[in-house]
Amino acid sequence: MPRRARAGLAIPLLLLLAFVGVPLVGTEYWIGAILLPFLVLSLAGLGLNLLTGYAGQTSIGSGGFMAVGAFATFGFVVHGGVPLPLALLLAGLAAAGAGLVFGLPSDRIKGFYLMVSSLAAQFFFEWLFQKFPWFYNYGSSGTIALPRIAVFGLDVGSTLGRYYLTLTIVAGLTWFAANLMRSQTGRSFMAVRDMDTAAAVIGIPVYRAKLLAFAVSSFYLGIAGALWAFAYLGSASVQSFGISRSFQILFIIIIGGMGSIAGNFIGAAFISLLPLAIDHVAQALFAGHVDAGLLQNIEKAVFGVLIIWFLIKEPDGLARLFQTIGARLANWLRP
Amino acid sequence: MRRHLLSALMAGVLASTFLAPAARADGPAQYVPLPTYRVGAYASSGTLWWAGERDYFRYINEVEGGINGVKLDVEEFETEWSPDRTVEVYERVKNGKNGEPVAFFFTHGTPASYALIEKAATDQIPLIDPAGGRTESTDGTVFPYAFPLLFNYFSQASVGINYIAQKEGGLDKLKGKKIVTVYHDSAYGRETQAAVELLAKKYGFENIQVPVADPGNEQSPQWRQVREVKPDWVFLRTWGVSTPVAIKTAQRFGIPADHIIGDVWAGSEADVIPAGTAAKGYQALAPYPGGANFEIHDRLRKTILDTGKSDLKDPKFFGAVYYNIGLINAVLAVEALRTGQAHFGKRALNGEEGRWGFEHLTIDDARLKQIGFEGLLQPIKLSTTDHEGGGAARIQQWDGAKWVLVTDWIQADRETLRPLIEAKAAAYAKEHNIVPRNATAEN
Amino acid sequence: MSLFLETLIGGLLAGTMYSLVAIGFVLIYKASGVFNFAQGSILLFSALLLVTLHEAGLPFVLSAALTMLVLIAGAVVIEHTVLRPLANRSPMTLFMATLGLSYVVEGTAQGLMGAQVHALDLGIEDVPIFFGDVLVSQFDLIAATTAGTLALVLALLFNRTRIGISLRAVADDTRAALSIGINLNRIWQIVWAVAGMVGLVAGVMWGARQGVQFSLSLVVLKALPVLIIGGFTSIGGAIVGGLIVGAAENLAETYIGPFIGGGITPWFPYVLAIAFLYVRPAGLFGERALERV
Repeated sequence: MPRRARAGLAIPLLLLLAFVGVPLVGTEYWIGAILLPFLVLSLAGLGLNLLTGYAGQTSIGSGGFMAVGAFATFGFVVHGGVPLPLALLLAGLAAAGAGLVFGLPSDRIKGFYLMVSSLAAQFFFEWLFQKFPWFYNYGSSGTIALPRIAVFGLDVGSTLGRYYLTLTIVAGLTWFAANLMRSQTGRSFMAVRDMDTAAAVIGIPVYRAKLLAFAVSSFYLGIAGALWAFAYLGSASVQSFGISRSFQILFIIIIGGMGSIAGNFIGAAFISLLPLAIDHVAQALFAGHVDAGLLQNIEKAVFGVLIIWFLIKEPDGLARLFQTIGARLANWLRP
Repeated sequence: MRRHLLSALMAGVLASTFLAPAARADGPAQYVPLPTYRVGAYASSGTLWWAGERDYFRYINEVEGGINGVKLDVEEFETEWSPDRTVEVYERVKNGKNGEPVAFFFTHGTPASYALIEKAATDQIPLIDPAGGRTESTDGTVFPYAFPLLFNYFSQASVGINYIAQKEGGLDKLKGKKIVTVYHDSAYGRETQAAVELLAKKYGFENIQVPVADPGNEQSPQWRQVREVKPDWVFLRTWGVSTPVAIKTAQRFGIPADHIIGDVWAGSEADVIPAGTAAKGYQALAPYPGGANFEIHDRLRKTILDTGKSDLKDPKFFGAVYYNIGLINAVLAVEALRTGQAHFGKRALNGEEGRWGFEHLTIDDARLKQIGFEGLLQPIKLSTTDHEGGGAARIQQWDGAKWVLVTDWIQADRETLRPLIEAKAAAYAKEHNIVPRNATAEN
Repeated sequence: MSLFLETLIGGLLAGTMYSLVAIGFVLIYKASGVFNFAQGSILLFSALLLVTLHEAGLPFVLSAALTMLVLIAGAVVIEHTVLRPLANRSPMTLFMATLGLSYVVEGTAQGLMGAQVHALDLGIEDVPIFFGDVLVSQFDLIAATTAGTLALVLALLFNRTRIGISLRAVADDTRAALSIGINLNRIWQIVWAVAGMVGLVAGVMWGARQGVQFSLSLVVLKALPVLIIGGFTSIGGAIVGGLIVGAAENLAETYIGPFIGGGITPWFPYVLAIAFLYVRPAGLFGERALERV
């Protein structure tokens, strides 16, 4: 299959670009302030996509599970003296456990009802990590920061170090997710999404599949939260994982494409770059002529308009659009 | 159409990159990036705040010809008060712009100060967060690049208690009194708890803490709880919409407004106007007093406001508390740059030189008079060990239409609270393997 | 005991303020199956417009009338540009579109009318009234009356008018309604306009309490558990759900809060809602959807 072969080549190329090319040409600003958050948001999008895009369970509590990951990592390192890689893994598992608990109602609750109840997770964790000083080691302002980011004794605190750490984790987890979705588990997720009653009839353990989706999704979100806090920001408080974060991640998967692995990366790129692009255009076109407050609000409205426009024009997300363009290009290139 | 739009966006990005103005011929200007929030939940505070800051910077540029001839190149970045976006802005601007260096970075919010504190120490860029910031960064030997300038959170608590003592007739009268702190349940809201606890122990008053969850638009249970306590005084440490709702709900539960003392961030017009008549008599700490009758306002009115150069959309907000916050922040930065220039030469300064400027910043009464801030700004003197430098506030009272200043500057009990700050700073130093600077050697 | 009674009554009354917001959601969900997240920003927009017009010197009634006209125009525009192109899409997509819409409405509101906080004085003195030992807020009493009246008016509208009956037809069976010649687009426009006006009433009540400012749009987050408990499709449910949420969160903050540090009101209603869902998966008054394979 030629298409398959092309895809097989594209991924190593992308990885080569990310691991070797980017550090060669990227400035510190691009790597630290654009690429890092882009990678972490892609991972978070992937986490939510596993739950929403593949298993059909909508959630707007992603920020809460990210917070679990971040605060658990901090807790394991500071209170437990666990080395960072292990702490990350444990924090992911803690988030998975939290996801499992908040997924429990999914056997009875569906659709919007479930979505709204996922907000319970969002608000509960915001409250929890703010209320009990143990979670932030009794610091005065509820902020967590790791003194030193080291992996196997190697200090990865530099921008490039943090980039490599994030890139490795994101690449590994993406590979895992892609395989998982191609396995029996992935197929049962999709069966549940497409029609859970029917799935039950043909013998798929629906409730178990849902719970697994919640757990795996939250694991990814938890890791993303920890990376957001320690690899990107350097420190975090619950405000970094508020409800607007949950919406942002939902936007990523809708714009990128539900039920698509690549879609998360495309959606995250769109979300990270669009505000910068609008900002640049606006500065170039109107700077000085329009009141600053008005300008910022116009930007916000334009962002909303673009989201609606995308939903209308490209319901399956940018991933599909890119696929179509790619196919056309291939057709056109064919001798 | 689809591709058309994307390419238009892309073209715009490219164009704006290349069309950026070149550096001035006569030496680079001082780059002053401002993370702002003109959108979203906190925009009501923000728009006035940036107006004050920008108006003062414009006054320096256009009326005084810059600081010793060095112009300020101000640029805004929208953050919606999100610390994450402020971090991004910081990364974007920390290396300056077109050869114009950055001497300091206003964080414009406590969470952002926290998020940036380590990056800034590495990059050697002073974080300036007047009346906010990380309290223990007052100790500059551990935090060389963080400045909770003017009035840190512990001082806010202390002045609140000192004013209550003044009303009661002396610190010894505090014994046995019930003082309730109603606070926004966030890092900001809890920041004063350690200080109030210490003061409660020292003066023997009963310290009762009541949290209000964000956003705080329904507070009956909290104020019912307050009423059950029958407090002598209430210290209100709310923020945003939770302040007017608190004042209104307090009235509903029969707690007199003139026994509620608001803190800095609960003491602007936006905090009391929505509460209507319920706010009459309410008092608040004012390191940034409201009012448009200070000398600097006359100067600005003549040169900026009446010439149509002001950033204010509606001149009725001229002299509002948040506008004055902007003015004071701007003047502190300008004076610090001036101090730095006196030492390093009349040119734009970098972060390290900016820190020197702030650490040697001294504004005495004579200087206050010269720059037109007498009564509006307290005398301030910073040092390596003291990154706060002020620690006083006046008290203002809402008369139903405007803020009226009811006291002169009330000083915080900084000696009592200093050991607490030093202990926290030492803990931070230990956790992060920082060897505190020698306070005297570096001057 | 009087503390308990007072907390309970205060909570019930405060809850009707949530009902006011929830009713706007129910209307739109019932008629078009859209979970309209932009309802909060519509609340903000309408209250801000009303206050801005009023402060510009127009009498209150005229400002309200003009605001309603704008809301009707807005409903038509939204129907044309958002709902019609997205007809027959998944409910999730429509929900996302309303999220985008909320950005547009908020940006427009703050961009055009500024971000300043406005006072809105309805002339209601918010002073305590005592029934024996029990303190009751006059403002809350008026809010409760408003919510009740609103529910009554809407019930009349739905049951007694031609529009209302076609609206119910659409809600019951969209295809059948179409086949007997009901203009679906027109119905959507009407429902969004009515929901906008409900938003205006809610915005005015909340604005009077906390000032007209951006955080009005956050009131939505309080309305969601009300919707779960009451069901997405019943106005009566929205009222009862509001009462339950108001009472429960007040009682919880007073009696449970002190043991776990307080400040539990943001999430407690949601946990309560989940518990309710366990017993009644479609809410108290919601219709349970039949599932066919």
